[in-house]
Amino acid sequence: MELHLILIFMICASIMAVEIKDLISSVIALSAVGLGLCLAFLVLKAPNLAITQLVVEILLVIVLIRATIKKDLPLVRDGRWLFNTVSTLLFIGIFLTFGYFALKELPNFGQPTMLVSREYLANSLTQGGLANIVTAITLNFRRFDALAEASVLFTAVIAVLAITRKTGKAHDK
Amino acid sequence: MTNNPSGMSLIVKTITRLTVGLILIYGFYIVLQSHIAPGGGFAGGVVMALSLIHLVLAFGRDAVLKKISQINSVCLMSCGAIAFLVIALSRLVTKNHFTGVLLSDIAIATMVGAGLFVVFLTLVLFIKESAKGNKQ
Amino acid sequence: MSLYFLCFMLFCVGLYCLVRKRNIIKIVIGLGIIEYSLNLFFILLGYRTQGRAPILISEQELINTVDPLPQAMVLTTIVVGLAVMVTVVSLALRVYEKYGTFDITKIRRLKG
Repeated sequence: MELHLILIFMICASIMAVEIKDLISSVIALSAVGLGLCLAFLVLKAPNLAITQLVVEILLVIVLIRATIKKDLPLVRDGRWLFNTVSTLLFIGIFLTFGYFALKELPNFGQPTMLVSREYLANSLTQGGLANIVTAITLNFRRFDALAEASVLFTAVIAVLAITRKTGKAHDK
Repeated sequence: MTNNPSGMSLIVKTITRLTVGLILIYGFYIVLQSHIAPGGGFAGGVVMALSLIHLVLAFGRDAVLKKISQINSVCLMSCGAIAFLVIALSRLVTKNHFTGVLLSDIAIATMVGAGLFVVFLTLVLFIKESAKGNKQ
Repeated sequence: MSLYFLCFMLFCVGLYCLVRKRNIIKIVIGLGIIEYSLNLFFILLGYRTQGRAPILISEQELINTVDPLPQAMVLTTIVVGLAVMVTVVSLALRVYEKYGTFDITKIRRLKG
């Protein structure tokens, strides 16, 4: 029941984040969605993810507020407002209908089929001596996932450095 | 640093000097206890980066850039990445063991903390530069 | 089942924002909402009723835990999502510096 409440809160906050005109209010509404996700992780017994989500949310809000502060937003009045909205909503309605039929095939909520992770649960303590099984999976059994993840983050930092460098401007002049 | 006109007010600066060390230590704690309790290299690294970002927000960017320059942070990030690569490749041939997990956690935390701090510094400097360019 | 459907609704709000809005920051926000809904969907699939967190405590048997494998995967997804968001924000700032606006239709007009 509490999960339903948290999800409805997240949907309301995300609709606010989409529809508010002011950019900073919109970013703060997005952070409310992230806080709801953190609470949902805690209810769903995933404390590792709750910590990571909370911390990442703080960093993301700081970066986004830094990016949007003191930037005036010109009010966009586009033509064919009705046509665009109706076609988008129609597309989303078709998407939801097919999604409903697809969701019927999934296993019921609360009864996962733990085929792979049964092995991990049995071997976590004997191979490596780790009590936290999520850490054991990311850094012990599937450690090359962690390597790829680290390389993605490294590439993103290099990309930010390359996008914001200043040498291109002198070439233009 | 307190007499520096840039940054926030005196109250914020005093509280920041008291709390930055505690936040950094909490980041280390999250990294080092991740094998028995919730946490992990990534979350701890982000907490460490947030403590440095806290310094930038309170004292202004110039006061922090004197102590920790951008080049040093990039070097630290690269050292962490290389260390993690070496650990991961060396674990191709060895078995699952505890020391490898701890070392790779520390390497990931170093890389993530330094890297995200570099990203924040770069974006702040870029916003300042572009604001100056627009005024001219 | 209703939880899955609510999670899908969250995805659709993000999709609407991504398709319909013209501000780059709004598009970034839509991407973030989609990422949150996908993370939540993975964790919902691995939940077990009355389960406990996948952390061993001494002198307790490991029965009835939630599925740890989606949690490990979502940990990776959060990191990749942060990397994508930071890159997109820096691209948006570059666009703002070049064109003086966040509106994507104006950018197309100024190109020639």
